[in-house]
Amino acid sequence: MLDATSQADSLRSGPLLSAVSVSKRYGDFLANDSIDLDLFPAEIHALLGENGAGKSTLVKMMYGLIQPSGGELRWMGQKIVLGGPSEARALGIGMVFQHFTLFENLTVAENVALGLPPTESFAAISRRLAETARVYGLPLDPKREVWQLSVGERQRIEIVRALMQNPKLLILDEPTSVLTPQEADLLFVVLDRLKSEGRAILYISHKLEEVKRLCDTATILRGGKKVATCNPRQETAASLARMMVGGEIGEVKAASGRTVALPRLAIHKLSLAPDDPHGTYLEEVSLEVRGGEVVGIAGVSGNGQDELFSALSGERQSPGEGAIVIDGHAAGLLGVTERRRIGAAFVPEERLGHGTAPRMRLSENALLTGHAASGMVKKGFVDRLATLAHVDRTTKAFDVRKAKRNPEAVSLSGGNLQKFIVGREILREPGVLVVSQPTWGVDAGAAAVIRQALIDLAGRGAAVLVISQDLDELAEIADRIAVMFHGRLSAPLEASEATREKLGLLMGGASPERAAGEQEVEHAVGA
Amino acid sequence: MQLVLERRAERSTMIAVASPLIAVALTIVTFAILFAIMGKNPIEALYIYFIEPLTDPFSLQEIAVKATPLVLIAVGLALCYIANIWNIGAEGQFLVGAVCGSWLAVRTNGTDVGYWVLPAMLILGTLGGAIYGLIPAICRVYFGASEILTSLMLVYVANLGMDYMVRGPWRDPAGLNFPTTAAFDPVASVPTLLEGTGRLHAGSIIALVVVMLITVLLGRTIMGFEIRLVGAAPRAARFSGFSADRLVLITFAVSGALAGLAGIIEVAGPIGHLDPGVSSGYGFTAIIVAFLGRLNPVGILMAGLFLALTFIGGEGAQISMKVPLDLTKVFQGILLFYVLACDSLIVYRLRLLRSVKAAPAHA
Repeated sequence: MLDATSQADSLRSGPLLSAVSVSKRYGDFLANDSIDLDLFPAEIHALLGENGAGKSTLVKMMYGLIQPSGGELRWMGQKIVLGGPSEARALGIGMVFQHFTLFENLTVAENVALGLPPTESFAAISRRLAETARVYGLPLDPKREVWQLSVGERQRIEIVRALMQNPKLLILDEPTSVLTPQEADLLFVVLDRLKSEGRAILYISHKLEEVKRLCDTATILRGGKKVATCNPRQETAASLARMMVGGEIGEVKAASGRTVALPRLAIHKLSLAPDDPHGTYLEEVSLEVRGGEVVGIAGVSGNGQDELFSALSGERQSPGEGAIVIDGHAAGLLGVTERRRIGAAFVPEERLGHGTAPRMRLSENALLTGHAASGMVKKGFVDRLATLAHVDRTTKAFDVRKAKRNPEAVSLSGGNLQKFIVGREILREPGVLVVSQPTWGVDAGAAAVIRQALIDLAGRGAAVLVISQDLDELAEIADRIAVMFHGRLSAPLEASEATREKLGLLMGGASPERAAGEQEVEHAVGA
Repeated sequence: MQLVLERRAERSTMIAVASPLIAVALTIVTFAILFAIMGKNPIEALYIYFIEPLTDPFSLQEIAVKATPLVLIAVGLALCYIANIWNIGAEGQFLVGAVCGSWLAVRTNGTDVGYWVLPAMLILGTLGGAIYGLIPAICRVYFGASEILTSLMLVYVANLGMDYMVRGPWRDPAGLNFPTTAAFDPVASVPTLLEGTGRLHAGSIIALVVVMLITVLLGRTIMGFEIRLVGAAPRAARFSGFSADRLVLITFAVSGALAGLAGIIEVAGPIGHLDPGVSSGYGFTAIIVAFLGRLNPVGILMAGLFLALTFIGGEGAQISMKVPLDLTKVFQGILLFYVLACDSLIVYRLRLLRSVKAAPAHA
């Protein structure tokens, strides 16, 4: 189990990239401790680990973003020192980041062109981009500006951009965290194809089923050390999880004896034109969420979820006051603050810049949503102790790990910041909670904490609406699941009836014959 | 070898304090070189510029007099700039404030009607500046016009408007055709604080009070949080329930009001009448003051005093060293340049990157 049991053809050729006892030290902290890793051509290699296990540090060194403090990297047996990502790319190493590195105000094609050597004309790049996207089944409109795109679409840019450099080794950081099962399947087809083309793939994930299905080899990191290299197909999800966490993960438990009561959040035939010309029209969206239940909204990103969220939060006004009813109050024309005052709370998808101000301290970020109704503001003056107390309570209740008592939001890891944001809202005991992508890019431990908190909140009688692209997550926590497609919301299915297949078909449009990919093309062209 | 800027995990508080000091030091070095090139003794020049004014009680009062309008205007501008709103037209708001307040002084000239005149003038000047500041704000909120351009262009409108008033309707009949109003009555003048020793006036106290009020506003109130949040993360601000448009109107009104107040204080204080030369570019210099002071009211107070020192020192140098007065503006330009450059060190650190390819090929 401890040694790589790779395929025969991989063994014939030597490793493409090797890490030989690579370490990275930040001050007193060893982020990577003597890690050995061999990546072979035509092999999909999984890198597994919790947040903070050192996965990102390791791949950043492989991509030339940071330098190892000890050990060395070898490319086809030769020692290499990567001075920067451009040197890594020149060797044939491509990377798709979890946090996208795109310029919002530039078009898709312009973003791609920026990452390529300046030898090719822009028109040629645009053509090659469209061609690569088509060949690999990743539809993209090269002329759209990035700020208008959903997270899923942005990820496609990153993948296509990396593929256009024809890499020998492609590193992907949690690529399926924003995809539908069908989209993920399409990505797996792409990855299998890349593998058959003889490329090596390093696949970072914490979705164990996916790793078992896709990957030939898995290396597991914990606390900066390599725990094991194994064949994931010979392991169970549970045994992999044990190696990752070093113990058992608590399962999310449904709250018992829940009483499902009257609707606390109601949307009545909400139709809304988008803010920008490439957005999605909401068409007669209707839904009721009763107290005590968790309702999920599934769907591929960019189908109107962002528009629905901003209509619900009050960042955008609805056409009529009755379109949205929160706890009996007609709220369609109310602003965000008024909606919070009548007991609603919201968690947006983007943690940095939307849910929090990155360069402000946590206490100020507590005030960001708490100023309306939490006694943090008295006669226009901010009660600093009250904001700090809210941070402390959130920290304690949700196990938010941070270096000091009141750091800037940006210094927290994704999982800890998300726990803070969700905790910040839940501690206010809202009657209605709307949360978008609650566990996107969050490690397994933090995700379990957050999901449990959502279920417990519903158990205390609140109405919880979860917009998520993660079907596993919705299956785990939702009582009913509706699907968004092209700005329309399907009738909700009871969770027991909502199979992956049924949801997947709804996510790709009503008619089951057409594949999700075709729908996507139509969507991109029609927009 | 390569010099790179590396993002810091958190803003460096130490550099935030040190950055203006580094900028001042770099400016002084550059300035000394400039003097040397001009064939003047740099040590003597720096002494005349920066030390001599501090040795003389009259000059000290003059520094406070110069700093008063700069600080008043810059503190208002800081509110705009923190919120990422760009009021470049404080000069115009300053002039309109001066004109509005002067209206009452001109109307009551020679009548000595009572002590309510000065407070009423201050209120008129403040209101005038606020209303004039609201014009670009309204244009931005309702028509999407860039406030940078409109506020700047309105400076010229204000300038010509004031010019018309002092050359036309308000010209002093006994003024030998000079473009100036009659000298204001004592009840229409800001009183001096130290009788007979200099021009230090009550406006400086108003400036100090404003600095304190704005410090409290920014640091302690929800309005201050709103201003900072809109500047730091506009989308998060909208999610927080704050309206960016409302804030454009408020910050422009407040900064316009403070610029207008500075204008009427200047006219009713040290100058004593309205004439086309009342400003000497305070509204623009205040932009430098605002940034040199780190957009922090207390920092602005110190920055205002420092720039006032350069004005007074520049006058001294003109007389005793025969250097042009415009050198002071060169100094201020260099200073702003260094301040903005040093600011990047708050969020980034400089790192010397040795070429890693030089490492031996075997380990």
